[in-house]
Amino acid sequence: MGAKLSFHGGIHPNDGKEFTKTFPIEEFFPKEEMVYPLSQHIGARAIPIVKKGDYVLAGELIAKADGFVSSNIHASISGQVKEISKRRVVGGDLVESIVISNDGLYKSLEFIERFDLEELSSEEVLGFIKEAGIVGMGGAGFPTHVKLSPKNPQKIDRIIANCAECEPYLTSDYRRMMEEPEKLVEGMRIVLRLFPKAKGIFAVEDNKKDCAKNLQKYILKGDAMTIKLLPTKYPQGSERHLIYATTGRAIHSAMLPADANCIVQNVDTIIAIYNAIKYGRPLTRRVITVSGNAFSKGGNFLVPIGTSLKEIVDHVNGFSQEPQKMICGGPMMGTALFDLQVPVVKTSSALLAFTRDEISMHDPTACIRCGKCSGVCPGRILPSKLSEYADHNNEEMFLKLGGMECCECGCCSYVCPAKRHLTQSIKSMRRTILSKRKN
Amino acid sequence: MSEFRQVSSNPHIRSKNTTNLIMLLVIISLLPSAIFGIYHFGFRAAVIIIITVLSCVISEVLFQWIAKRKQTVGDFSAIVTGLLLAMNLPATVPWWICVIGGSFAIIVVKMAFGGIGKNFMNPALGARCFLVISFASIMTNFNVDTMSGATPLAVLKAGDAVVLKDMVVGNIQGTIGETSVIALLLGASILLFTRVIDLRIPATYLISFIIFIVLFSGKGLDIRFIVAHLSGGGLMLGAFFMATDYSTRPITVKGQYVFGICLGLLTGLFRLFGASAEGVSYAIIISNLLVPLIESFTLPKEFGKGGERV
Repeated sequence: MGAKLSFHGGIHPNDGKEFTKTFPIEEFFPKEEMVYPLSQHIGARAIPIVKKGDYVLAGELIAKADGFVSSNIHASISGQVKEISKRRVVGGDLVESIVISNDGLYKSLEFIERFDLEELSSEEVLGFIKEAGIVGMGGAGFPTHVKLSPKNPQKIDRIIANCAECEPYLTSDYRRMMEEPEKLVEGMRIVLRLFPKAKGIFAVEDNKKDCAKNLQKYILKGDAMTIKLLPTKYPQGSERHLIYATTGRAIHSAMLPADANCIVQNVDTIIAIYNAIKYGRPLTRRVITVSGNAFSKGGNFLVPIGTSLKEIVDHVNGFSQEPQKMICGGPMMGTALFDLQVPVVKTSSALLAFTRDEISMHDPTACIRCGKCSGVCPGRILPSKLSEYADHNNEEMFLKLGGMECCECGCCSYVCPAKRHLTQSIKSMRRTILSKRKN
Repeated sequence: MSEFRQVSSNPHIRSKNTTNLIMLLVIISLLPSAIFGIYHFGFRAAVIIIITVLSCVISEVLFQWIAKRKQTVGDFSAIVTGLLLAMNLPATVPWWICVIGGSFAIIVVKMAFGGIGKNFMNPALGARCFLVISFASIMTNFNVDTMSGATPLAVLKAGDAVVLKDMVVGNIQGTIGETSVIALLLGASILLFTRVIDLRIPATYLISFIIFIVLFSGKGLDIRFIVAHLSGGGLMLGAFFMATDYSTRPITVKGQYVFGICLGLLTGLFRLFGASAEGVSYAIIISNLLVPLIESFTLPKEFGKGGERV
């Protein structure tokens, strides 16, 4: 399992995982209307291939990828297409979505198990992955078939399974590793067959030694796979820092993992790959952690994509106390919610509800230049200075001091004793510059 | 539609560390020296400490009230400035020196430049140097009832012998807070343990100072001479409590080492070759002025661009 590796910076927030760690993944069957935003991934929005009134089965393709960097979307339940209209999504935007009235029967397409996995060609495997509409489920939503088609596939020598799950409160990957390690290992085998030179690495934080043991059981002698234990700290699962911690190769923000001859995949994504290749099953469900002190009961749920967050809240018997703050995703990188009538998408990893909002409790005060932000910054930049340049819209200095190297992990805002919104300022400036460059 | 009251950009959690907590820890860490000062110099020292702290606090409140700015006295930084300034005053000074010093520190050195975090010079040291220049005889009069004669550094400069044990314990002449090395190190260890400060600046400062005096004092590796220099004057107070001031030291890690070296060289230069026996205050405020320059050439390399190791 090797020596412990790491990168500079990072923080140790209260991880809150004990709330839901012991809750096995529970299947959840929603009954109400389902909403499928056409854009749940990075790249072109999918094109609907159903129309109002059509009856669809679970697993049926309802929107087709538009070009290579895009992704298919499938129905996750059976029912009738109610409309195609703009619906609100987690970030607050209105996105063109396919709305399906759930008939509650869960009639599904039939999927046939394959036994000839080793005989599939790379093209076939990539084709099935694309077909299944798989995207990076850790948060970015980058189409997986694109990630697995680097310019120089022969050069890729490391496939890293991101088993860090460094975000506080999240336990969905943990449960996957505890309950379905064989699928994760088999999924890794499938990916490794695409890259004959590559070695598989399961990068696990050392607070999840039980997962490491579990995975080890299924790794066979002939498998080119190892498990690497990493120190538990946030943001251990940040793609670039995970690559550094497991291989010692460092890439900056403008480079791709493939430039370090690596490909990183999230736990749930690898399991989706397994399901797509072994059973031909498209990505229609994902595991979501429901946690936080405002819930009477939390847990880990296998939820059909398209389910409204409101229905999940009702399923766990609502709130024990009125929540002050709700977050989709983890507390470090997730998105605050103001409306629960939004659907679960392929990248939703958690639904958190807290009785206290730590942000509105403190007003930001003047920077005292303590330097704690740069001490924890995994990007090795100076957040206090960058946020000041961002606030003054000083693009030149912002770029000069490496503002684009920010990975938006939030460590700086977390440690700031003056409670300044450093990440927010830097992130806004970055986004502005990125969108300017695009146009 | 808005069912929930609070929305914000990520991250949605914050550490428990606050500006007040940091300032409170600095205050606590200065208490051993303050208490020793009162024990050593008598009740007068306590009065000076109280007047100086009050002058700083009241100056800040009044300034912000007149300037119609948000009151920030609740962050305790004015108390820290007051305490530090009092540590740097002889126990003989009259009450009005405390008032002038305290208000100068806050209004001229701190507030005129934008308040906490914006001042380029350590307020307490800025005020001390102002007082030394303006009221030289008052500020160098160390003759109290319990003790008279020259400070050990002055004795050392004259080439005479000093009693090391007294210097380490603090049983010597000097300003209220600078005499006892033991009390200062006790306070410094609180700051180090709670990670309010780290050893980068103090260690680089002291080591480069030692190297300087070994090379240029003409006494070579004279341990007694070195220990006397380390324990004498404001070096320990300066190295751990003033040079580490967040606002006025470089924020870059490499810059902090450069800053420490500047401090060590300047202090050595002033002490060995200057007109006065003491040199820490001037070394620190001059190095404070170099901070923007030091920062500009010690910017860290970003992750993935060569900065990942360290």
